[in-house]
Amino acid sequence: MKAEKKYLFDDPKNTKRVLLFLYISCALLVILDFVIHRHIAHDWENVWAFYPIYGFVGCSILVFVATWMRTFLMRDENYYDKQDSTKVDAHHVDD
Amino acid sequence: MWMIELPAFVPFFIGALFAAFTRGALRNALMLAVPIVSAIHLWMLPESVNVQFAFLEYQLIPYRVDKLSLMFGYVFHIAALIGIIYSLHLKDTVQQVSAMLYAGSGLGAVFAGDLLTLFVFWELLAFTSVFLIWARRTQRSYTAGMRYLIIQVLSGVILLVGTLFYAAENNTLEFSYIGLEGVGGWLIFIAFGIKCAFPIAHNWLTDAYPEATVTGTVFLSAFTTKVAVYALARAYPGTELLVYIGAAMTCFPIFFAVIENDLRRVLAYSLINQVGFMVVGIGIGTALAINGAVSHAFNDVIFKGLLFMSMGAVLHMTGKINGSELGGLYKTMPKTTILCIIGAASISAFPLFSGFVSKSMVMSAALEEGYDYIWLMLLFASAGVFHHAGIKIPYFAFFAHDSGIRVSDPPKNMLLAMAISAGLCIAIGIYPQALYSVLPYDTGYNPYDATHVLAQTQLLFFSALAFVWLNLKGFYPPELPSTNLDFDWLYRRVVPGVMQTMFSKIWQADRALREGFKSKLTLGLSFISGRDNRTSRFLSQNYPSGSMAMWVAVVLATYLLLSFIH
Repeated sequence: MKAEKKYLFDDPKNTKRVLLFLYISCALLVILDFVIHRHIAHDWENVWAFYPIYGFVGCSILVFVATWMRTFLMRDENYYDKQDSTKVDAHHVDD
Repeated sequence: MWMIELPAFVPFFIGALFAAFTRGALRNALMLAVPIVSAIHLWMLPESVNVQFAFLEYQLIPYRVDKLSLMFGYVFHIAALIGIIYSLHLKDTVQQVSAMLYAGSGLGAVFAGDLLTLFVFWELLAFTSVFLIWARRTQRSYTAGMRYLIIQVLSGVILLVGTLFYAAENNTLEFSYIGLEGVGGWLIFIAFGIKCAFPIAHNWLTDAYPEATVTGTVFLSAFTTKVAVYALARAYPGTELLVYIGAAMTCFPIFFAVIENDLRRVLAYSLINQVGFMVVGIGIGTALAINGAVSHAFNDVIFKGLLFMSMGAVLHMTGKINGSELGGLYKTMPKTTILCIIGAASISAFPLFSGFVSKSMVMSAALEEGYDYIWLMLLFASAGVFHHAGIKIPYFAFFAHDSGIRVSDPPKNMLLAMAISAGLCIAIGIYPQALYSVLPYDTGYNPYDATHVLAQTQLLFFSALAFVWLNLKGFYPPELPSTNLDFDWLYRRVVPGVMQTMFSKIWQADRALREGFKSKLTLGLSFISGRDNRTSRFLSQNYPSGSMAMWVAVVLATYLLLSFIH
């Protein structure tokens, strides 16, 4: 068997590079907060690093709540299909 | 000047005829020509056209062009052209004809100047688009299409009843500002709300769109909800209730999107989320907010179309669309991957992409008008969009764990359609003035000031950071083959279940009642026969069949006799 071609992210180093880029960008963006003077339209925006914190915390809450929702909303893949077929069976019995 | 007064839907309906009776290259050429010719025609129109005639006692305006309707007219032409290019490889007359009729109906609806014309196109939108769902030709798509059709037609019926009330209350059928006054106003509002996928009336969308064909979903995502947004912008601008409804629409679908496995269903949820931003804008109702709502509708048609196209390409090539079965496709579908990421960046409203220049208007308007908590909700929803549509879609389809699937990029026409959309996303992002110049109001808004750009970039990068953190820590919910219950559970499971139980109880009671009566009757009869021998003989008397024949002969003879006498 021919060995498969190596793709970009088959090398874990490249994944690390992408992540590093993200971390550095995040750090820079927070630093920029001190450099760039923003027009404040609302008091909340005065909170230190308001947008970064809101983005991070918001998304984390989103994921945790969604994961929790799975506990009572998740059914198996053919949930409605099965329902349809049992309904048909029941119908025949009634007839 | 009949050319000016030729309504925009006419070329599309003629195009549908062409599509029905031609095949191959000729059909492709004709179908491509229709939106191009029609768009040129629309472009050359003066800024306002009114075609009127009297019908019974009412003034009907089947064709009205003004700034607001033109905006939707333009984007529907773009969407139709892109959709047609995307489906050039198809050899399915049903889909091609219904796509043309559907696009035409959308145009007919946005250029309708009176409520009766609007109603006609409102229903046509439903009847023409359902074939794009049924054309998948699976049991699932058939039942989903049925549910879709029932809800859409219901919306139309409510619109008609509302129109009748409205006409009786105001003695006009003109489709302009309506407002929430009187029964008519509320009924029309509900009808628009159903098509606009208001919360609890939203499941027709998440139910049916992912079951449609690869190319069908691209068309579907462009027209129906945007017609509803247009209708709301026309009839209910500044209705405060819309602000709260819209804010709810931006927030709740993103939770479902995070745990949904079918990637086209994820996009359907995110479609509701995006429409929510538009609804908030219409509800705020200031010039800036309406501009934001309308331009966001314009951009959404393009970037949501692009995302549906890229997921359609994945489905077309692999036959799979569940996040749990995909992954690693970037290796052999690099072009689709890049185009999908451009769509993802646009919907997430990254600076320099189209979503940014329109969504920020709605956000700014919310702050300006003092809707602080609504603004916080929109901000949360913006971060959430990036999370589920911006990262999740490309990540689980093209990266994540390697599914081992090795398919090539889709056919050239699909790639071209996606490339056009991607180009528009970037062009509008870089040069928003072109878009702003066709907006209904002139507000002199500039999205690219340091404040906006920095705030939005911070929000998005830290959302991405949260995604990475959750993934590395293993908190991120894995893609699982599953169905998540939503409001449609009520009418797909609970109500049928309750009805079934109720009817089976009724049948049981009915059977018991009849059995009881029968046994009582038998009991009574045997009691009587046991009690009295004479009645028993009377009840069990036999007549010979000979006597029957004789009596028939007697009747016939009498009849004969009578006929002689007469």
